[in-house]
Amino acid sequence: MDRPIFRTEALSKVYDTGGAKVHALAGVDLKLFTGELAVLLGPSGSGKSTLLNILGGLDRASSGKVWFRDIDLSALRERGLTRYRRDHVGFVFQFYNLVPSLSARENVQLVTDVARDPMDPAEALGLVGLSHRLDHFPAEMSGGEQQRVAIARAIAKRPEVLLCDEPTGALDSKTGVQVLEALKDINERFGTTTIVITHNAAIRRMAHRIVRFQDGRIVSAETNETRLAPHDIDW
Amino acid sequence: MQALDIKLLRDFRRLWAQALAIALVLGCGVAIFLTSFEMYNALEDTRAAYYERNRFADVFSETRRAPAPLEAEIAAIPGVASVETRVVGSVILDIPGRTQTAVGRVISLPNGGLPQLNIPLLRAGRLPAPEATDEVAVNEPFARANGFVPGDSFHANLNGQKRQLTITGTMLSPEFIYTIGPGQMMPDNAAFGILWMPERAAAAAFDMTGAFNSVALSLTRDAQTAEVIDRLDDLLDPYGGFGAYGQETQLSNSFIDAEIMQLRTLAMVLPPVFFGISAFLVNMVLARIIALERSEIGLLKAVGYSDAEVCQHYLMLAGLVAIAGIVLGFGAGSWLAHALARLYADFFDFPYLIFRVSYDAYAISAAIALAAAGLGAGRSALAAARLSPAIAMQPPAPPRYSRGLFDRALGALRLSQPAMMVFRSILRWPVRAGLTMLGLALAVAVMVAATFTDDALDEILDVAFSQSNRQDTMLLFAEDRPVSVLEEVRRLPGVLVVEGHLYLAAELRHGPRSKQVAIEARPPESDLSRVIDGTGRVVAPPPGTILLADRLAAQLNAQPGDVIEVEFLTNRRETFQLPVAGLVTQYFGLGAYMDFDTVNTLFRQAPRVSTASLLIDEGHEDALHARLKEMPGLAGTIMLTESRRAFEDTIAENVVIMTTIYATIAILITVGVAYNGARVQLSERARELASLRILGFSRGEVSAILMGETLVLALAAQPLGWVLGSAIAWSMTEGFTSDLYAIPLVLKPATFAQASLVVLVACVVAVLVVRRRLDNLDLVAVMKTRE
Repeated sequence: MDRPIFRTEALSKVYDTGGAKVHALAGVDLKLFTGELAVLLGPSGSGKSTLLNILGGLDRASSGKVWFRDIDLSALRERGLTRYRRDHVGFVFQFYNLVPSLSARENVQLVTDVARDPMDPAEALGLVGLSHRLDHFPAEMSGGEQQRVAIARAIAKRPEVLLCDEPTGALDSKTGVQVLEALKDINERFGTTTIVITHNAAIRRMAHRIVRFQDGRIVSAETNETRLAPHDIDW
Repeated sequence: MQALDIKLLRDFRRLWAQALAIALVLGCGVAIFLTSFEMYNALEDTRAAYYERNRFADVFSETRRAPAPLEAEIAAIPGVASVETRVVGSVILDIPGRTQTAVGRVISLPNGGLPQLNIPLLRAGRLPAPEATDEVAVNEPFARANGFVPGDSFHANLNGQKRQLTITGTMLSPEFIYTIGPGQMMPDNAAFGILWMPERAAAAAFDMTGAFNSVALSLTRDAQTAEVIDRLDDLLDPYGGFGAYGQETQLSNSFIDAEIMQLRTLAMVLPPVFFGISAFLVNMVLARIIALERSEIGLLKAVGYSDAEVCQHYLMLAGLVAIAGIVLGFGAGSWLAHALARLYADFFDFPYLIFRVSYDAYAISAAIALAAAGLGAGRSALAAARLSPAIAMQPPAPPRYSRGLFDRALGALRLSQPAMMVFRSILRWPVRAGLTMLGLALAVAVMVAATFTDDALDEILDVAFSQSNRQDTMLLFAEDRPVSVLEEVRRLPGVLVVEGHLYLAAELRHGPRSKQVAIEARPPESDLSRVIDGTGRVVAPPPGTILLADRLAAQLNAQPGDVIEVEFLTNRRETFQLPVAGLVTQYFGLGAYMDFDTVNTLFRQAPRVSTASLLIDEGHEDALHARLKEMPGLAGTIMLTESRRAFEDTIAENVVIMTTIYATIAILITVGVAYNGARVQLSERARELASLRILGFSRGEVSAILMGETLVLALAAQPLGWVLGSAIAWSMTEGFTSDLYAIPLVLKPATFAQASLVVLVACVVAVLVVRRRLDNLDLVAVMKTRE
């Protein structure tokens, strides 16, 4: 866990929204390590999602540098970023972002179709406990099930990093726990670096490390000595 | 199958109603393109092959009576490849079981059998024996219409002698692909036939032994047609030549030319309208789908799909719509082409129809349809590809409304809030609103352009029959006769009124322009056959002047008051300078009119007539026809009442077919535009409308907002549709005008009203179908949907 998988230097992001300039990130220096489960905490607009998007190759920094291992992501062009997302990164979103016209299996297949060394979609769904829901459509599943399909979709390509933006934000505590269990299981079983953004401070207790954000800056980073299992977390 | 392809197919299935509405419009374009292209090729190829195989002549001329040895001199004209001289004449036929007279055109066959030019194609039986005097071969449609087979016989009044003629065979000729008898408005094969008769018998019948009165030439490849025509005229002038003319003026050929021209116009004008509308519809629907699938696009990119793959995904969706349209268009086009081929078989007498399936036409129409869909999809698909994944994952910013000039004007009107919503939305997306309006206007225009022909044909009939030619029957004399013949005609059974007219072949010249026509010389008191001027008044040609049909005057570039040169091709071939006294409204042929006494004075001759117009008592019709069949010196009869009835029947049938086809097209366009427009709006405004419902608006009020925009645009589209329709109708009258006929531009309020009614009803129905979805809106679910 010593080798950094992500490294950022003075990372800044400025959004130009017509008149006013918004500093979403204002000089972030951060290292994230292989196999780590890190939780990014902070209020709305503190820059966590912006950082996650830049780490995931969905967005570009306005200034500063970001490395994935030895790859300078800030130097990659659109094609390179697409390649990077395709090969290395798995995403889990707050609103699942499943394609409603595709079944669970087909939603996972969407990723395995373009990945280099993917799992079988059924296997990925099995890992999140959805072997019995392979051919159901998103509309036929509960929110927790949908989010687990999204996780299956994210891990099916055997990514090195899993980026989760408010994965339990739209879920009640019971289904939220199921989702967190799935994330923890993947992290431990495959050593996938997992970065979770959340509003829910309680979730920090399952992380290796907690990074707090405020106004586009990191205000603290602490290591969790005793991690709790998701079902032991008190919401 | 790849998951993205599965999504594509499922999206397509989900959108089936919208896709179908677009595919039907696109299919119309493909079908019309295909049909006109295929029929154009079929007519061109068939005609070319038929002309080549059966050696259709390049130049024709009729003459009064030229000696046989002149043939050698004609053959010596530079550029002439071969010469065919023959005897032609017109005879009255008495067909068993037919009360009315029929008219036959006799054409001599050389002694050796078939001629070298305009070679008839034997279809059944055999040629008449060279020595036979009572054998003929007849054109196949005439035999079929009268139920004749080889071996049957009928009577003909040959130069005053009634003879029984036996049919030895049936034939078809490249000279008579469109077989129209004298005075007929459209082919009537029972009443007009071609009779091929051995030369000796024909010459004897028409007093042409050792002479000919018709000549056809084929030219060498490098020949100058105009020069050959001049030389031929010079040779035939002393023998009463009526003026030589080229292939393009030959009657049957010019009808086919007119049809080919119409097909070309059709192929050029209509399909682009459909392809344009389809492109717009694809654009509108795809833009909305992409807006709805914003987060899915973000997801696809997040998981590693490239810009090109995303772009391709949406282009393929448009491609599927195009493929559906192409399949529909291919089906409808093939069916239409065969239906049209059957229709052509009724009107044109081809021995065969070369109907090659033109893979080019299929490929081109498919390529155009795909291009139209691609063009429509292109912008949206590219926008989808360019969408940055991070931004795509966020909900879109609300559409930007601002208070512009129009908005302040709307505010001043103190409209209700729902009305404001409708108008603001139109102003917010002016291009989309404009194109929707244009699409609906084109639907109105198609209807106007289709239904105006009905009124135009009524006008043609009214001018031709009710106003101009009010006689029941016309008798055509083989030779001009002294006016005393009219007394003879008056004594025939059932004849109430008789009028005589004289026809004179002439060449009219004005400046560099010239035209060969038949001038009608008419007594001022003529009342059965009248001449109508542009204002609808009955006019008589003032003595010493000439009246011209308006299209003839246009061709000669002559105005009333201009003096034109008139060279008569009959009698002494004298040339006179005559002032144009006025113009005549006429939709058939190119008429020119002079005063009867003026002509007799100019020619220093006793009054003569070429035709007699009769008003008859219907009760004595049978007796009259029985006498006409025996009457010597009669070359033909024209049954105007019959002609009118046949014309009306055919027109009525065609009008029903055409109106149905065009109304269907207009409805397809309207539904395509209105349904998709309303669906897109429902999708855009679902949250807004659901919010209004939650705030207490009734279903009716909410649907008024949904339907309002489309209906406001539909109403606004009507005047534009009328203008566009009038423009299309005008260009159709211009495009269809030929020497043979013209179509007047008659636009009645009822035409516009009918077009608007069809389009507005179709529009309301299409929008109501979408409205039903609004009734089923799950208010809570809609409010929860993240967009």
